[in-house]
Amino acid sequence: MQETDKSLLEQIGASDIETSEVYNIRKNGKCIGRKTNPYIDILSKEDGKGIDVHVKDNTLFGMVHIPVIVTESGFTESVYNDFYIGKNSNVIIIAGCGIHNDHHKNATHNGIHRFYLEENAKVKYVEKHYGEGTGSGDKILNPVTEIYMKKGSMMTMDTVQIKGVDSTNRETFAKLDDDTSLVVQEKVLTSNKQFSKTNFKVKLKGKNASTHITSRSVATDSSYQEFHSNIIGKNACYAHVECDAIIKDQGKVKAIPEVYAKHVDANLIHEAAIGKIAGEQLLKLMSLGFTEKEAEEVIIKGFLK
Amino acid sequence: MLELKDICFEKEHKKILDHINLTFDPKRFYVMTGPNGSGKSTLVKIIMGIEKPDSGQILFHGKDITHLSLDERARLGFGYAFQQPVTFKGITVFDLLKLAVNQDLDKEEAMEILMRVGITSRHYLEREVNHSLSGGELKRIEIATVLARKPLVSIFDEPEAGIDLWSFQSLIDVFQQIESTSKGMTLVISHQERILNIADQIILLEDGKIKEVGNRDKMMPLILNHSKKMEVD
Ligand SMILES: Nc1ncnc2c1ncn2[C@@H]1O[C@H](COP(=O)(O)OP(=O)(O)O)[C@@H](O)[C@H]1O
Ligand SMILES: [Mg+2]
Repeated sequence: MQETDKSLLEQIGASDIETSEVYNIRKNGKCIGRKTNPYIDILSKEDGKGIDVHVKDNTLFGMVHIPVIVTESGFTESVYNDFYIGKNSNVIIIAGCGIHNDHHKNATHNGIHRFYLEENAKVKYVEKHYGEGTGSGDKILNPVTEIYMKKGSMMTMDTVQIKGVDSTNRETFAKLDDDTSLVVQEKVLTSNKQFSKTNFKVKLKGKNASTHITSRSVATDSSYQEFHSNIIGKNACYAHVECDAIIKDQGKVKAIPEVYAKHVDANLIHEAAIGKIAGEQLLKLMSLGFTEKEAEEVIIKGFLK
Repeated sequence: MLELKDICFEKEHKKILDHINLTFDPKRFYVMTGPNGSGKSTLVKIIMGIEKPDSGQILFHGKDITHLSLDERARLGFGYAFQQPVTFKGITVFDLLKLAVNQDLDKEEAMEILMRVGITSRHYLEREVNHSLSGGELKRIEIATVLARKPLVSIFDEPEAGIDLWSFQSLIDVFQQIESTSKGMTLVISHQERILNIADQIILLEDGKIKEVGNRDKMMPLILNHSKKMEVD
């Protein structure tokens, strides 16, 4: 593996991937490494545009790494990855995309991830996005996540986009049956002229379905972010959506919440707070000897931790 | 070691501090008291550099620090526990203590600091410094961040507020310990008789003016009398 590949993998949390049990590494549209075990299988789709991951029923402590790296300027791809998670299984899936673009053409990765959770399946899904490179070409990531949850299943989804991605359009859609729980934590930091838009659409179909979505974001320089959420409660269900943003410089953040209760026992809550760093927080850290700039960095680092 | 010379401060055309002159000596424990709104918090903000006086001078070891910023004074050895503790998102008690000392700190050392403010459970180290902690807990952590720095000038703004009786005793112990061991000076804003009782010098502020300064034998009868009079008013 080349140095760039290694450092990209490290940035998206997959530095020790080759020691892990199940993985698939995709580079510039091609699979450059794969390993499976008797419980978790990875199959390429026939058209080569993605993989199917099958997790057998009752698989415990499963761990799957599926990083994607893009190092070719002008490269554009759409990848469809499907995850079939068997009954009572409990797996961690670590995905991520690193783009290195030293040239003037754009590099784009559109990852479409679909999760099918059978009854009582548990999934922790972690996704990290990272862009680097000295070229003027944009680094563009457009992730789509679809989640279908059968009775009793649970999923947590952590997404992080801290640096270097010029444009993101993230779509997340989930449909929840009875007794399911979906927890999403999103962290975004944009700078320069970057653009990031995220849209959550969650249908709470089943009784006792619940979701908790937390978005923490920081928009600096003249970057722009949009947060949309659209939660529909069709049963006795619970939703809590929290959008918390810090703006700096000429950064802009727009939050558009939509909650739609179609059942009298649906309990849907949305909170949004956007503002600059609290003056008191800066003063406290300055009283501990930090300059204003250092204090800002400490506050933002904690906020996105 | 610290001198305030003729400090005046106005806000919205209202005189908040009116020709304040004070001298603080090392190894001394000062308590400042006075009615609400008399300007005590404003005066310590001026000492710290959070507010700038309209006129007057602040000298530290003879050097004019009137124009130094808050963080510059902090680096000179000024420490200040806020009246209203500040909360953070994603910063734990352990993180904040590490930031306070600005060097590596292990959990044992962090616990030693927390013990001094009556926090004995290690679980607190991983708690976020937010409103999931009670007002009293936040206040004690706020005080701990100042103790951790071992400042030359330690300032505490109404440290007793929101603190329950048991930890109040440990707070008095902390101040007594500072008083007997610190090379620097301590200034506490307080209304508590038990804190006034351990002061070397008591400063009584009223309407932005120094009403009286002196040792506790001189000041206590005056203050007790004064606060009785205020109750009657
Ligand atoms: N930011 C401010 N703007 C206007 N007035 C203020 C401000 N801060 C304090 N004051 C006024 O200054 C006076 C002194 O306040 P403060 O120093 O908080 O008193 P203390 O701490 O003794 O209760 C009060 O009358 C208060 O209303
Ligand atoms: Mg006050």
